[in-house]
Amino acid sequence: MSAPDELPPARPPDERRGPFAWLRTNLFATPLDSALTLLLLAFLAWIVPKASGWLFIDAVWGPQPLAACDAVRGQGACWAVVWEKFRFMMFGVYPYEEQWRPAIAIVVLTGLLVVSGFRMFWNAWLAVIWTAGIVVTFWLMGGGLGLAPVRTEQWGGLPVTLILSIFGIAFAFPLGVLLALGRRSKLPLIRAFCVVYIEVIRGVPLITVLFMASVMFALFMPEGMRIEQLLRAQIAIILFVAAYLAEAVRGGLQAVSKGQYEAAEAIGFSYWQSMGLIVLPQALRISIPPIVNSFISMFKDTSLVVIIGIYDFAYAVKKSVETDFSWKKYFIEAFLFSIVIYWIYCFAMSKYSQKLERDLAHDHPR
Amino acid sequence: MLSNERVRGIIYQLLLLAAVVGVGWYLISNTLHNLATRQIHVGFDFLGREAGFEIAESQIAYSAADTYARAFAVGLANTLYVAALGILLATVIGTLVGIARLSSNWLLSRLASAYVETMRNIPLLLQLFVWYGIFTELMPPVRQAIAFGDAVFITQRGLYYPWPQPHVAWQAAGWALPVGIALAGLWRRYARGLQARTGRQLPTALPAALLVFGLPLAAWAALGAPTALSLPELRGFNFRGGRALSPEFLALLLGLSTYTAAFIAEIVRAGILAIDRGQSEAALSLGLSRSQELRLVTLPQALRVIIPPMTSQYLNLTKNSSLAVAIGYPDLVAVANTTMNQTGQAIEAIAILMAIYLAISLLISLFMNWYNHRVRLVER
Repeated sequence: MSAPDELPPARPPDERRGPFAWLRTNLFATPLDSALTLLLLAFLAWIVPKASGWLFIDAVWGPQPLAACDAVRGQGACWAVVWEKFRFMMFGVYPYEEQWRPAIAIVVLTGLLVVSGFRMFWNAWLAVIWTAGIVVTFWLMGGGLGLAPVRTEQWGGLPVTLILSIFGIAFAFPLGVLLALGRRSKLPLIRAFCVVYIEVIRGVPLITVLFMASVMFALFMPEGMRIEQLLRAQIAIILFVAAYLAEAVRGGLQAVSKGQYEAAEAIGFSYWQSMGLIVLPQALRISIPPIVNSFISMFKDTSLVVIIGIYDFAYAVKKSVETDFSWKKYFIEAFLFSIVIYWIYCFAMSKYSQKLERDLAHDHPR
Repeated sequence: MLSNERVRGIIYQLLLLAAVVGVGWYLISNTLHNLATRQIHVGFDFLGREAGFEIAESQIAYSAADTYARAFAVGLANTLYVAALGILLATVIGTLVGIARLSSNWLLSRLASAYVETMRNIPLLLQLFVWYGIFTELMPPVRQAIAFGDAVFITQRGLYYPWPQPHVAWQAAGWALPVGIALAGLWRRYARGLQARTGRQLPTALPAALLVFGLPLAAWAALGAPTALSLPELRGFNFRGGRALSPEFLALLLGLSTYTAAFIAEIVRAGILAIDRGQSEAALSLGLSRSQELRLVTLPQALRVIIPPMTSQYLNLTKNSSLAVAIGYPDLVAVANTTMNQTGQAIEAIAILMAIYLAISLLISLFMNWYNHRVRLVER
């Protein structure tokens, strides 16, 4: 019997560790991959020096005069515009001497968002903290109790953006929960009302609701009664967001198993007891990630109040450069500044929401 | 009696009804009173009056002498035009970025994630402002236009490109296109039926391409194959001839589609990830080719996951096109806004606006539901 064909010795296993192995598996796995990598590297080699030169190296930093910017126009960014217009961008037309108040309001409201992220506060404390935060903000911005009163027409800048979104969710949340419960109610009239409300609001753009608030509120109210423009926008945002929150909460309500509803009924709980003590605590926990996501889109969408002329952050930035002819040409830098601020808030919140989604999924493996 | 659940249910509903009617009556009576004191006449007859304002760009014929109703139609056409192109572009960009995020190439997937994380965390309005600024302030004035050959020009007044001279052959080609698409659909049906009955496979891709592209080409060639182009030319202070895209339109289209693409990319990625790897391995081991595997096994399953969230992104894009008013593209909202300012018919204008957007939302949802129904899982 002849010896079986001898197999050639197996090649040693591919190097799986070390920078070269990493490069080979992640960047140069196939010829196509290599070509793609080289193409992207060439693109980066072209854009990165150009962009970093304009953004950082050749840019004008610090409180420099206009002439310094004009000298490098085209080569470098003019960040001096941010120093020049900083107060107006952040606080709009708020009285200059009192601008420490909105500055503290920014800290309070941002702190409110940060604190809400900690799960140890997810109990009755959250309501207390939010109420306190909202009251303090209102006092700081509006005055009274020892502070000079400032009318809402003069509020502006970043605090207004934060107020519109944070007050917005604080008031839209209970409304949204009620709408979600109503949509799942057994009572046909209540269900019909909630369905129509939610679907109509979700079917139209926010701008139309803002227009309605801005133009039609004046007609709705009895003669002589005026609602301030900011309050109108705030009400419009609350009414708008409530519909989206309702859908987020409805998702949570549907995810609570039927046995929970039945168990609550079986021990003789009334509707409100079973909802308040059994179903909602579970449903809300499930709907936290979509609620956070609604908040992020609302935070971005508050910029739409620009269109009805409210001095939120986006509008203050726009106006700060538009109204000054000599600095107007550096509008891109001004917008980039506001973009960075918005991005920091939204990116932090969306990363948090993704982490939360993973954590909560881990808590309740399905 | 109050302890009876049904009685309480009826009472709750009556209370809600009373509240809605009460608030409604209060608001309406206030409104009627206010309108009377301002001497504003309620009703939609203003739609028949002459609008008297120009609209910068329009997909249908319009002049200031036309009625308000026609102005609304122009706004609607502009909204639909930018939304349709935006949906198309956003889907293409979003799908590419979504696939790129899953690429095994580290650099590509990182760049794609950076794109997604940047775009979706910046308010769309600010992105529109920046795009608009780029197209108006950073582009050269008309006389120093950036030229590509002698055909395409970019200036701060927009993008100019050549367009064929009007000729009956082009019209015929335009009509031949839908005919070709319909015929291709019929051929595909026939081929599928034949395969189901006899197992014989007919080629579908090539005949379909021939029908869709060849038919218009043949129609064009048969009627004289005109090649005369209208080229944009600098005459006086502006370009004449060819066609133009305004900076407002370009800013809105690019802003909307690059923003929505970031969300679509995530949806596409999730859809692809949702499919078990065993599915494509099984398909390949059955002897299906790579393209058959993609077309017959992976894609149908991925679409099932992708379509519902994609629908809401399409709706979002359409609704977000209303931000046009901030950069001066004459969409539906911009026309309604001008109308409100001119006539004071705020209630009617906003009602029309909302009704139209609701109708658009409803139509897109219906269409996507129908499509979703078609690709749904058929359980046997």
